[in-house]
Amino acid sequence: MEIPEVLEIKSIKNENWKTKTFFFDKKIKVEPGQFMMLWIPGLDEKPFSVSFDSPSGLTIAKVGPFTEKLFQMKEGDKVGLRGPYGHGFELIGRNICLVSGGCGCAPILLLAKNAKTKGMNVTSILGAKTKNDLLFVDEMKKYASEIIITTDDGSFGKKGFSTEALKELLNKKRFDCVYTCGPEKMMKKVFEICEDSEIMLQASLDRYMKCGFGVCGQCTIDDIRICKDGPVLDSNQLRKLIEFGVFKRDKSGMKNYF
Amino acid sequence: MTGKLEVDIIGLKLKNPTILASGFLGVSGKMMKRVAESGAGAVTTKSIGIEARNGHTNPTVIEWGFGVMNAVGLSNPGYKNFGDEIKVAKESGVPVIASIFADNPENFVKVASGVEEYEPDAIELNISCPNLKKGEKFGQIIGKSPELSHDVVKSVKKNVKLPVITKLTPNVNDIKIIAESVEKAGTDAISAINTLGPGMIIDIETGKPIMGNRFGGLSGPAVRPIAVKCVYDIYEVVKVPVIGIGGIISGRDAIEIMMAGASAIGIGTAIYYRGIDVFKKVCDEIIEFLDSHNYSNIKEIVGMAHRD
Repeated sequence: MEIPEVLEIKSIKNENWKTKTFFFDKKIKVEPGQFMMLWIPGLDEKPFSVSFDSPSGLTIAKVGPFTEKLFQMKEGDKVGLRGPYGHGFELIGRNICLVSGGCGCAPILLLAKNAKTKGMNVTSILGAKTKNDLLFVDEMKKYASEIIITTDDGSFGKKGFSTEALKELLNKKRFDCVYTCGPEKMMKKVFEICEDSEIMLQASLDRYMKCGFGVCGQCTIDDIRICKDGPVLDSNQLRKLIEFGVFKRDKSGMKNYF
Repeated sequence: MTGKLEVDIIGLKLKNPTILASGFLGVSGKMMKRVAESGAGAVTTKSIGIEARNGHTNPTVIEWGFGVMNAVGLSNPGYKNFGDEIKVAKESGVPVIASIFADNPENFVKVASGVEEYEPDAIELNISCPNLKKGEKFGQIIGKSPELSHDVVKSVKKNVKLPVITKLTPNVNDIKIIAESVEKAGTDAISAINTLGPGMIIDIETGKPIMGNRFGGLSGPAVRPIAVKCVYDIYEVVKVPVIGIGGIISGRDAIEIMMAGASAIGIGTAIYYRGIDVFKKVCDEIIEFLDSHNYSNIKEIVGMAHRD
């Protein structure tokens, strides 16, 4: 069955000025990178990646009317959840590097936690526009042995993009795998850097979704269904894509170029 | 795939009788190509209209335990923005059917003529979608009326050279009357059924209908016996070939609806239950049945349920 299960919001945590985590009193068995469809009854339903697994939590940035409504909701209010859906990240090797931009840190945090549990060595690059947009700096400290922070305006950490930090880092360190989630333009750049350095990448992509379970075809990138075959794709898959970083389809199916 | 599954229908040569039904995965050309590579004998695009449409708000597609309910609401980028998708789908080598919809004969002709330039192998007229908003005159508003259905088919047939398939709704008192009417208007084939209903599912915690559009059309295993009966009825009254669609999950289901009179079959919801390679799985199961029952060709079973 793929029907939303209605649950009370157990607690809400403010993460930064535009980001909150919504916790639920339900154990969801999830791989980092998998997502849930969150239904606001009578309004709409959208996909969000899982950022916490015990208790289960979704970390969400306010970006439009749906999230605005969600941000008005309080503990005890009811929303629907279905999932988890999709194919998540796979932990490979001993030394890994996580590159996240803005709210893309949501699935990356859970990945970092699992990597630490498995005894892996985690390096984290957290990028954001400004100091105020940074997410999960303290949480990431629990799991990463090294954290590099970049802000576009230099208000915290290194001034510049997370991709530049990655390039510098790869000049002096080797990783078994790089993992990324963030704006697609950023991820495309991360992919190019990893290709140049011959390092395997796993990236979590995003497309407009409808069914979430692989039948409607709305969320395709090339011949990949982001909801079912993705959202996490590896370098072997990314290499074949011509739409990656080029365009995404809106809810009518029209191509919107980045 | 062996020759015993080959089907000739409205001038199209299908390597096997399985066709990707409209509304599933047909948003992009590359995805349709993948479906063809996964074993489909032909693919049908998502229904294309005159202008870009966002469709209904989510939830638009759910699975309720006995099948899928959808109210996608004819989202599409408009026929002017769909040429590339058909071109790419055609690279697969299997016939590509362009599904189209509009609210009156003039607009149907406009979309059909526009789509014809992209050189699909056939056009399917969607006069059977049940997911309408108040006041909309698309889909089953047309398909429930023998007169409106007739006028749409006749206008399109007069203006395009491609073979035309007309997709019927089961949500009528007597599907035979509609079938006769579209055959008289010149349709080259009939596909049946579009989704049943619409139906509604209410979340009892909040008291709210789950679908964004409150209701949605039903597909999948729960509707299969209705699809079989509709195909059986249509086969009795028309000479044009019938494409059977509705809850076909396995080779057994495909054989059943072909015995009811279908020359080919549509597959959609089964992708949820068995994956994109369901087309190959169904074909393998059909062959197994034909071999174990000493049929040399799939054509032998078409309409078998009507014989004495």
